[in-house]
Amino acid sequence: MTLTSTPAPIPGTTLFDGEQARKGYALNKMCYSFNEAANREAFRRDEDAYCERYGLDEAQRDAIRNRNVLQLIAAGGNVYYLAKFAGILGLDVQDLGAQQTGMTKDAFKAMLVAQRGE
Amino acid sequence: MATIIGNVCCSHVPAIGGAIAKGLQQDPYWKPFFDGFPPVRDWLAKARPDVAVIFYNDHGLNFFLDKMPTFAVGAAPEYRNADEGWGIPQLPPIAGQQDLSWHLINQVIGEDFDLVTCQEMLVDHALTIPMALLWPDQKWPVRIVPVCINTVQFPLPSASRVYKLGEAVGRAIRSWQSDARVLVMGTGGLSHQLDGKRAGFINKDFDLQFLESLEHDPKWATKYSIHELVEKTGTQGVELVMWLAARAALGEGLVRKVHANYHIPISNTASGLLALAPA
Repeated sequence: MTLTSTPAPIPGTTLFDGEQARKGYALNKMCYSFNEAANREAFRRDEDAYCERYGLDEAQRDAIRNRNVLQLIAAGGNVYYLAKFAGILGLDVQDLGAQQTGMTKDAFKAMLVAQRGE
Repeated sequence: MATIIGNVCCSHVPAIGGAIAKGLQQDPYWKPFFDGFPPVRDWLAKARPDVAVIFYNDHGLNFFLDKMPTFAVGAAPEYRNADEGWGIPQLPPIAGQQDLSWHLINQVIGEDFDLVTCQEMLVDHALTIPMALLWPDQKWPVRIVPVCINTVQFPLPSASRVYKLGEAVGRAIRSWQSDARVLVMGTGGLSHQLDGKRAGFINKDFDLQFLESLEHDPKWATKYSIHELVEKTGTQGVELVMWLAARAALGEGLVRKVHANYHIPISNTASGLLALAPA
């Protein structure tokens, strides 16, 4: 019999697996709702009430309040749905990258260009 | 029987949609990316596809975590884009090729793949942006069959499983009683990671090796597990499995490279483009 072995974690990386999907369901469902402009507007009007409606837990509400991507991921958020929340805030994926890596946006963009290696 | 005229595989970063809307194709940041496409368009104009089968991954437009299919095939008369939450312009609807959808569904399920079938299906930027890159006037000359592969929620299907799906799709197309000329597309990748402290990760060496492999040794990347692919290409770089499916549909015969382009970065992504035709 072969035992299933868990591969070593990849540094700085959270795989969005069943555990994360289960933990983050309410948060991701709220972010998925932001596909509709009326829902984005409702969130803007009363953020706490909107989070309440989707049943976010304390960690998820803190992460939303703090606009903190690493906290949102730790609370079960998936980046594809979180991108819709970032859209409300007017942030693009380079803003998200800069925040997660603790760089300025310019430094983050320079890091990307440097990987050309020319 | 239908003929497969070749592959076009490319990246599908949302920011490309913004650049198209703003007409930034010749802007210094965007030019190295957009300049890859004219030779591919020239080839398409000669190869005259009238159907495109498109392997892509949905990013939370059509599918949510309430129901997350591993493999889903469109069988709709028409496919529309919709608001994805951050405001890139929507493109004109694209007609479906329903006869091929159902032929493909019958054949591929007949080969023991458990497909989800969708008679209504919104298609997101991963499908519409490559269409707009190949046909910038957005007057689509092809009817489409979308094939969506889950790259949102793990476990993802393995690279070797996706390759086998692509082979089965290729067999289905070639057995379709039609004189259609079919382009097979794969969209996504190449290396990039949006989430976590490793955000911004790119792996040029791997990407270049992968591009090379599709021409001469197409099963090369199937030796890696999904975990290894994430490690080597990033959490979103794993979208490169779409390219594997598209390539597998071409079958085992020799192929020739029509055109390739690779540029770092577009947004957070190492962008790739590869067009292949049967030799």
